[in-house]
Amino acid sequence: MSQQTPAISPSSASQTAQGTEPSPVIAVSALAKRYDSGFEALKRIDLDIRRGEIFALLGPNGAGKTTLISIICGLVNATAGKVLVDGHDNVTDYRAARAKIGLVPQELTSDAFETVWNTVRFSRGLFGKRPDNSHIERVLKSLSLWEKRSNKLIQLSGGMKRRVLIAKALAHEPQILFLDEPTAGVDVELRRDMWEVVRELRASGVTIILTTHYIEEAEEMADRIGVINRGEIVLVKEKRELMRQLGRKQLTLHLQKPLASVPPALSHYPLTLAEDGSVLIYTYDAASEPATDSGEHVSISKLLNDIEDAGIRFKDLHTEQSSLEDIFVNLVRERQ
Amino acid sequence: MNLRAVTSIYQFEMARAGRTLLQSLVSPVLSTSLYFVVFGAAIGSRIQEVEGVSYGAFIVPGLIMLMLLTQSVSNASFGIFFPKFTGTIYEVMSAPISYLEIVLGYVGAAASKSIILGLIILGTSTFFVDLHIQHPFMMVLFLVLTAVTFSLLGFIIGIWADGFEKLQLVPLLVITPLTFLGGSFYSIDMLPPFWQAVTLANPVVYLVSGFRWSFFGISDVSVIASLLMVAVFLAVSLAVVSWIFRTGFRLRP
Repeated sequence: MSQQTPAISPSSASQTAQGTEPSPVIAVSALAKRYDSGFEALKRIDLDIRRGEIFALLGPNGAGKTTLISIICGLVNATAGKVLVDGHDNVTDYRAARAKIGLVPQELTSDAFETVWNTVRFSRGLFGKRPDNSHIERVLKSLSLWEKRSNKLIQLSGGMKRRVLIAKALAHEPQILFLDEPTAGVDVELRRDMWEVVRELRASGVTIILTTHYIEEAEEMADRIGVINRGEIVLVKEKRELMRQLGRKQLTLHLQKPLASVPPALSHYPLTLAEDGSVLIYTYDAASEPATDSGEHVSISKLLNDIEDAGIRFKDLHTEQSSLEDIFVNLVRERQ
Repeated sequence: MNLRAVTSIYQFEMARAGRTLLQSLVSPVLSTSLYFVVFGAAIGSRIQEVEGVSYGAFIVPGLIMLMLLTQSVSNASFGIFFPKFTGTIYEVMSAPISYLEIVLGYVGAAASKSIILGLIILGTSTFFVDLHIQHPFMMVLFLVLTAVTFSLLGFIIGIWADGFEKLQLVPLLVITPLTFLGGSFYSIDMLPPFWQAVTLANPVVYLVSGFRWSFFGISDVSVIASLLMVAVFLAVSLAVVSWIFRTGFRLRP
């Protein structure tokens, strides 16, 4: 944990990135939760969420994602620690804090016999906002629910119900939106639609915090990524930086003639042979490679020259970068 | 005070009753009519007047109380249990509303429904018997206080219950027997002295007696005792509700 400490301090990261630090929209400090059963779901977590970002919280099942969200949103009482939502303490000043938050829960819960329109209207009232049909109309239209507004929730598909939950969360015009596994069980097309909706929301200034199992989702959408495991925040980083720092790159060369072994002239490169010597693989850290202005890796061109000089001919080559999923799996595995 | 939230919950709960009109209105009216046919007409014709009141009229306050208690408890317990059961409670718990406002919304709606129901039963009974209410103000006071108190009790049961069985347990095993044995259909003077004494330990006796007094000016126990009993009930229910909210019991782990 200790060696990761600098990396997990989002505040220091934002200071270096932006000079003066804007106040975080959510500031979680020393937050702990121990359930009556004795299970320690959160172990003194510190986390700042920046205004206007899309923050993805990743973690295996039971890592504490939902507990963390539940405490911030007021569904669960913390054992210790503090949460500030836009400067408002979420316990002592819960009205101001909660009014700023919209929550889309993981479970597809709905009042089966209510209509879409009524249930969204109810949500707005619950948050103390004066009725505003035009706002609800906008929300429903943006989520392609307008045609379904008179349908009872029981008549809707799972994907549509998920949209209704988002509409309910947006009914009171929140500044912060929590999406707990928003696309679980949603088909690919709908998932892409939902990403589009989330992007539009971000563009309108809403801060979005999403938890997900689909690493693809975080990779596609997030500005920053936090990894939580066993009740601890393991890492918080800009997505790009994370991918750059932790991402492994692999160069694969398909050879014209198989090799029995890597020639001695190339022995100082981390090369391996695969597929009976017909494939040569070079693995490197994307971050540690010095790059030229054009972005090319110096050592790769040198490697290719050396391979040429060693008389090895190849018919094809490709590179691939490890996905966030690989990074995530490695991170969690390392800590277990 | 987030009045809009209170109104939203209240309207939502009232609309739920509107959707189940048959269950929440027609069925109590029907069962009341059946009570009148069986107790009032069939049995009542063979029973002499009770303290100068015809038996048919005598059972009206008891009948209203019976409905008031059971409906308040079942309405309020279901109202809060169901969102807990389906999970939609998350929205209420994450909204900027206080516990007091949650109670006002849910309990207020449940109590309103039972009061409306009580008045409907009262109206239905005028088709069967001649009624004259001696103390209308006290009648309304008893009606409202009892509805509120037992809706609070229902609310507590709804939060406590973690399954449909528990939800039915208290109304079935406690409320109904206490009401039937609470002098709804008889004056406790009709009982042997020993059972009279035992009956006085039944809190429902005081409610029925006070309510009946507001109709006919006759009572088994003093009106002050009846009012005190309602006040004690109310205080205990409020204390339990505030404990639930202080500890987050089964609502906010």
